[in-house]
Formats: sequence, structure tokens, C-alpha cells
Amino acid sequence: MEILVCIKQVPGTTAVEVDEETGVLKRDGVEAKMNPFDLFAIEQALLLREKYGGKVDVITMGPGQAEAVLLEAVWMGADRGILISDRSFAGSDVAATSYALSQGVRKAGTYDLILCGKQTTDGDTAQVGPEMAEFLGIEHIANVEMVLEAEGNELTVLENQENCQRQLKLFMPCLLTIEKDANTPRLPSYKRKMKTGGLEIERIGLSDFSDKDRRHYGLEGSPTQVERIFPPERNASCQKYEGEPEKLGNLFYQVLLEKKFVSENKV
Amino acid sequence: MGSLKVHQEKVTSEIAEKMCALCPFHAISYEDGTLKIDAGCRMCRLCVKNGVPGVVTFEEEAAQEIDKNLWNGIAVFAEWEKGEVHPVVYELLGKAKELAEVNGHPVYVLLVGYELSRIAEELLHYGADCVYCYDSQYLSEFKPGPYTNVIEDFVNKIHPSVMMYGATVKGRSLAPRAAARFQTGLTADCTVLKMKKNTDLVQIRPAFGGNIMAQIVTPNCRPQFCTVRYKVFSSAERSRQASGKIEKMGLADEKLKSCVKVQREIEKPKTIDIAQAEVIVAVGRGVKSRQDLAMAQELAELLGAQLACTRPLIEAGWFDARRQIGLSGRTVKPKLIITLGISGSVQFAAGMKGAECIISINQDKNADIFNLAHYCFVGDLYEILPKLLCRLKGGAR
Repeated sequence: MEILVCIKQVPGTTAVEVDEETGVLKRDGVEAKMNPFDLFAIEQALLLREKYGGKVDVITMGPGQAEAVLLEAVWMGADRGILISDRSFAGSDVAATSYALSQGVRKAGTYDLILCGKQTTDGDTAQVGPEMAEFLGIEHIANVEMVLEAEGNELTVLENQENCQRQLKLFMPCLLTIEKDANTPRLPSYKRKMKTGGLEIERIGLSDFSDKDRRHYGLEGSPTQVERIFPPERNASCQKYEGEPEKLGNLFYQVLLEKKFVSENKV
Repeated sequence: MGSLKVHQEKVTSEIAEKMCALCPFHAISYEDGTLKIDAGCRMCRLCVKNGVPGVVTFEEEAAQEIDKNLWNGIAVFAEWEKGEVHPVVYELLGKAKELAEVNGHPVYVLLVGYELSRIAEELLHYGADCVYCYDSQYLSEFKPGPYTNVIEDFVNKIHPSVMMYGATVKGRSLAPRAAARFQTGLTADCTVLKMKKNTDLVQIRPAFGGNIMAQIVTPNCRPQFCTVRYKVFSSAERSRQASGKIEKMGLADEKLKSCVKVQREIEKPKTIDIAQAEVIVAVGRGVKSRQDLAMAQELAELLGAQLACTRPLIEAGWFDARRQIGLSGRTVKPKLIITLGISGSVQFAAGMKGAECIISINQDKNADIFNLAHYCFVGDLYEILPKLLCRLKGGAR
């Protein structure tokens, strides 16, 4: 089986603030890390390779430092890492990112199965997987808990739905987004790190794509635009009470009575 | 639309140092006497605005503008399963009506499923001008492929300006695929929606874990897609009179058939859904030990409330993950939420700030939760709560 896992490097923390006047993001320079949701996708890919043989490639789109997460995946067991990086992708929204990824995937190889994490901790949209599948012209299933079987070109998966789970059968090539906590991701192995010491991450840029039209990428290729960013609202009005616990307990009770959450004396 | 241009002739090593330090994404570097912007650039254009003037400029490129007059109507995707629509649909309809009024657009419902007559009739009580039905046995089970084909057909025939989906399990799988089909914009998990006079939808959503709010538009593409979570907006009122019409839509079988087969359905055990609770008692790290939860439990019982908690208590193993309120947990919109020993992080607040009445106890008078709560009790919950419980059980003053 030829499997590709799409991963992302995300900020180490989402603790950011915005300066309301300038609209500038103030970020603490904290270590970037692998999007935790992607670990479950990588693990699912490795489990499938163990069962059916084949190769697991990992791919990501980002600046040069994103190589770090590709290497981490290789140290977990992936065979090959590909970085899609180009200045013309700057300012990409979800659609432009998904499109660039799909172009990169086409260049990287032909795959039976593409796995994505469910969402990222920074964007949190959960959109890239399904959008990529559409651009690649393949079926997708989201919220996959587990791949049960992959015989020939038929795939059997367990999908989480709102009120039930479904066992689905579909054909490869296809794309799956893997649920959080679907499995227990293995740790990167030191042995593997040593073994793959000389491994080079392949780089792909706009000039490698079949669609080289700049207007389809980056800011220009993004249908959505951020008009402004601002700090969340603060609720100005509030009745604040301080004092003896007995007094506060009584006041609390009065509030509940007043608002009819309890009725007099006994509940 | 445009790109950044570096004017190397203006760059000196001092200027370069300033510029490199400016970029919040560390995307500017100075190598071999050349100022470079790399792929880490997010086009925030701070280097243009606040940088040394003229070093980096933004070159505008006029994009072809679409004719927004050709796109009319606020559509709601009516997520359907086994004869019923998801309750979020009624909330979307309420908001759709509000948005439609700004420019006098009609409100549409796109109903996709099987044996839809009864539910289509019911939807006419919620303010839709037209309910478009795609009714087929092949659509009796949700599959992204055929459902996307239906949306494509609907959009091509009806040209709505906006389409709203519930940010549900199905919605989050379907909306992005449909957005890619039309190469249009989709904003997920919107918490506020407003309509501009030029028919652009203003989509506001939390980002960076809720620490900032982003205001997003889709200025030059149609239709404009967005998803909204359940319990963010209020449900439309059901009117006694039905109004509007139902239109049956057809689509060729080969667009409805799918190679994806549902082999079997496995029931999930009935779980407590705190999102449905009218009254919630939420506990946080102010509760020092697991035994002390008994007090909170008692309060919940006296008020007929559900218990919920913050993320650290889930991680400590005190509660089932389904009881977590927050950005990575559930969103709740109860009539009353009482928070005990919760500081009120933005992530927590994101999951409950829509509550009608928020009463909080916290020892720290500057706790963030007090920016949110309607009634703030500054003190030790270990002292206040027993007094409250006493009164609730009919104790004397």
C-alpha cells in the first residue's frame, strides 16, 4: 500500500494576544510542534504498513522550519518526507492551502490512501482534508475511528457519526481524516533517528506544480480574507459581591429565587 | 490582491535588522546583503505599515470583480437523518431571516434525504420562502460524494449568495468539499454573522484557541459558505401558519449513486449530553480534591442540573470527557450556569459565554470569569457553598 499522511507544524501554544489598535498579533516565541491530531493519522498509516506492507510518505506545507515535523514522522517510522514551500503561498487561506497541498501531492507520487488529522490546534477548521479530496477528485470519509481492512483496492473503515458508528466500505484511492484518540501513537525512536540520519527532506515549490499560475495560490488564491482581528469581548456589567460566606450564601440563594431557578423554602 | 516587493536599494544592514525584528512570523531574513521574505510570510503587511518606509511595498493587482447581483438568497442546508432535521437547522433559519432582511433576499432551505414531504411541510413554519427538496432513496444515508453533487446542482440552479451549514459531524465533512467544488470561501464555527449592504457576509470566529477573534469575509467569490455550531444562535420561532413553498428538485441517478456502502450501523450507548442541559454546575481547579466534588454534586441535584467541568479535571480523570466545557470540549447554552472555582480562561469561556445567566464563585476578585459572569461571588467556595446548600435545603437564615 502506498500511503501519504498530511501533517502540519503548529505553534507550541495558542496563547496570543492582539493589540486592538494596530491589529498586530503578539506571540510569545514558543517552540513549534507537530499538530497533535496528526499523530493519530501517522500511527494509522504505520499500522496499515505493518499489516499490508508498502510505504508511508509524509507531506507538509510550510516554511523551512516545518521540516522538523516531517523528520519527527520519519523517526516514528515514515519512509519519506516532502516539504511544500514557496513564498507565493504566503497569506493562503484554507482553500488556497488545500489546493497547494493537492498540487504537491500530485507531484509527490501516486497513493492508494491519503490520511489527514482531523483538524489543527491553530486553525481548528477541519476543512483541509475534505477540500484536498475534492481537488484530487477522490472520495473522502471524515471522522474515521479505525481502518478495519484494506484488501485489494477495497477499504473498510469505522466512521464516527453523530448518533452512531458506521462501518463503511469504499474504494481506493481515497482520503480519510482520522479521529482524535483513535489509536496510541508510537514515539519517535532514537534508533530510527540514527538509522535515517542522512535522510533528506524533498522540497517542492510552485515551479514543480502542474498548475503554475500564481493567482491560484497565496493571498490572491484565497477566497476568504481576514478583515480584522480583535480581542474577545469582555462583559462589562456584573454584580459583584464580597464579604462573609454566610452573607454571600444568602445572597446567592436570593439570586436563584429571584430568577426562579428555585422556589421559596424547599426546592 | 497583490504581492510584497522588497526594494533592495533602500536596504542597509541597520534597516535590515529593524525589518527582521518587525516580522511577527520571523519570515524576514538578511543574507549576503539581500533582504529576503520567505514562505513563513502570512501577508499581514506589517512590514509595509510599520517598517522603514519604502523598503517593502505592497503591489496591488486588481482582481476581476464578480457580479454579486447574480447571487441572491440566504440558503440553509437542512441536515437530515432518518426523518428529522438536526435542531441546528432551526437556529440557522432564525439567523438566515435576520441576514436576509438587510438586502431583501429570500430565505431558502436545501433539504436532502429520503421521504421528505412531512419534514418539508414542517420547515414552512420557520420562515423559509422556499424549501428545495432532493428526495431519493440514494440519499437516505449521508455520503459526502452524492450530497456534494446535490449542493452543486442546487447552487448552479438557484445561485444563493450565502449557504449556512451546521458545524456538525456531517456539516464539517460536507461543507468543505462543497466549498472546494466551487473554489469559494468557507468559514468554520462562526459565532457572529452580519450582512453588509453589498451582500458580503461578515463572518466572525474565534482563532488561536479563542484568544483572538477574526473577522472574515469572502469578498469576491460566491456562494459564501459558513458553518455554525449547535446552540450558538437561538432557534427561530415556529409560527402557527405555514408560509412559503416546496419545490421538488431532480438530479440524475448517477450523481446520487455512490461506491461508498454502509455495511452496518453500530449504536453508540446513550450518553449524557451537557449541551442539552438547562442548568449546569461547572467545577474547576478551585475544587481541590475529588471527594470535594460531592458538594458540587449536591448542588446539581438540588437544582436539577448537569455537572460539567474544565479541561484540567478531565485530564485528572475526575470526569468523563463529555462533561468538558470549552473550545476543545462542548459548547453549552443553558439558562443557568454556576461556575465553582473556575478562573475563566478564554478556552473555557468560548464554550459557555452564551449562557443566559452566569453565576460564579472564585477567590480571586480579578479572575477572568468575573468579566463574563452576571453575578460574581468573591470568596472561598468551600465556605460559601455549604451556606448556599443549607439555604437550599430549607435551612433558616
